[in-house]
Amino acid sequence: MASTPNAAMPAGLAWSPRALLRRLRGADEIAHLITLIAAAILLLITALLVYQLWIHSAEARHRFGWNFFVTRTWDPVAGEFGALPFIYGTLVTSAVALLLAVPLGVGGAIFLAELAPPKLSSSLTFVSDLLAAVPSVIYGLLGVFLLVPLMRTTVQPALKKTLGFLPLFQGPAYGIGFLTAGIVLAVMIVPFVLSVSREVLLAVPRDQREAALALGATKWESTWLVVVPAGRIGIFGSVFLALARALGETMAVTMVVGNNPKIAASLFSPGYSIAAVLANEFSEATGNLYLSALIELALVLFLLTFVLNGLARLLILITTARGSGVLPT
Amino acid sequence: MSARLIWRKSLNVTMFSLTGVCALITVAALFFILGYLVWNGGKDLSWNFFTRLPVPVGEAGGGMANAILGSLKLLLLAALFGVPIGLLGGMYLAEFGGRTIPFLVRYTADLLNGVPSIVIGIFAYTLVVMPMHHFSTLAGGFALGIMVIPTVLRNTESFLRDVPTSLREGAFALGANKWRTVATVVLPAASRGILTGALLALARVAGETAPLLFTAFGNRYWSPGWMQPTSSLPVVIYTYATGPYEDWHQQAWAAGLVLLGLVLLTNIVVRAFLSRGTSFERL
Repeated sequence: MASTPNAAMPAGLAWSPRALLRRLRGADEIAHLITLIAAAILLLITALLVYQLWIHSAEARHRFGWNFFVTRTWDPVAGEFGALPFIYGTLVTSAVALLLAVPLGVGGAIFLAELAPPKLSSSLTFVSDLLAAVPSVIYGLLGVFLLVPLMRTTVQPALKKTLGFLPLFQGPAYGIGFLTAGIVLAVMIVPFVLSVSREVLLAVPRDQREAALALGATKWESTWLVVVPAGRIGIFGSVFLALARALGETMAVTMVVGNNPKIAASLFSPGYSIAAVLANEFSEATGNLYLSALIELALVLFLLTFVLNGLARLLILITTARGSGVLPT
Repeated sequence: MSARLIWRKSLNVTMFSLTGVCALITVAALFFILGYLVWNGGKDLSWNFFTRLPVPVGEAGGGMANAILGSLKLLLLAALFGVPIGLLGGMYLAEFGGRTIPFLVRYTADLLNGVPSIVIGIFAYTLVVMPMHHFSTLAGGFALGIMVIPTVLRNTESFLRDVPTSLREGAFALGANKWRTVATVVLPAASRGILTGALLALARVAGETAPLLFTAFGNRYWSPGWMQPTSSLPVVIYTYATGPYEDWHQQAWAAGLVLLGLVLLTNIVVRAFLSRGTSFERL
């Protein structure tokens, strides 16, 4: 590799098979370089993404400063932009989704990891992975035509009758709103909670279970008091991962949340989320200030998911590394 | 049996039954979604749906041929842009990388994978649509391609790492240099896994709507070449489902069925057949 014999060779010999073979030896460096460039493109794209969001939101950042995050008004005509209703809507819908999805997902994961025979467990996990592959717009479609009417005629009146004393379940039943969006989101994130939690639980060493059983614990006691606490941090990780998905989920939320930038205590109330306002208003935004306010919202969304994803991966890494050394990718 | 033991045993049964119900609900959701789409969209599927352009509201017939072709074109671009970068980047991580840069790349790939698709769409808008001053197939393909890269990269790395060292050593012993070993021995050994990963990544972006809204935009007609806005199945479903016409809603169901069918079919075929014998289950 160090010497370059080609240069010393007569021109006519340069293309002989042997010379070609020698040249390919130097190809190690070329291959290294090419693959490095590909890896660098990934870094470049990500850096460029942050840069673009940062500079294109400059106008809104300078104009509104930190007030952007505490202002309730969103009035494109008057040129007043506040992100609070969208941040509120994003957080509320995601919270509803987590409340529904975490018990369901973790419960399912416990069943698949602890009780189900391996064959059943892997085929059910397969189905759950397929559920994760269903495009978001399909969930939106079902949300609009199936869930919204159902919520309006059945679920919301029933909730009002039984839990109507809570401010959460008051007001007219439109069908659309925070609660409906949260339910759709919940179905979308369950597969993530389920498959990561299952992975984490399976990584808890066998002897932990056996020790608990040997002490006379029932199977449930060994699961709930030993296995689940051992995988606790990883399960938290799966929850953060799901939360990051829920925050950034666009289409399904846009189709059922109601698209009304207001802050209301009632879950029946129509609202808005960051991703939804981007989907609805970005291509119609007139004027630089409007556009840069929307891009600042995108930046906020990016940072939120960035922090959550980082945290989630760290937590999952900690538990699975502590467990058996098997790292889920 | 003491009362305490009976309580503990019944708790055991009850709680595990509950977890079983949780798993059942999750799994049933998929069959319910699929069944509901077939029920609602199946009757509107016809030959016309796949071969004709959309007709004005109120007229009978009409299809989504332009949206189907648009989706295929977008996917082709995404594959051409995303797969090579992901593949080569993954080779770098598994074969050529040192210590610090691979860590950075891996971390960034995971980060990029978690970026909401709508944010990717806005990025593609500022980078491609703004300088060109109009929406285009190219911009949409670029946005989808970005989403393909991290998945392909991480999959490729993991499958290359799974190739036993003895294979590499065999090639080295025969006098092959590093890149020949990688290109002719390691890569073929990992090819099925890598192909699986790439197809799954493409199936995932095939259903993405948000990044296309302001890159590929939409089009009622055929989209000539690569520089014009194009229709695509997910965006059409969104537009039709939120539109005011009953005809549109029906078409949205049919398109939804086609999209879901394609995505699920790809997933099932790829996972069941291609991944056989690879360690793909670990992903």
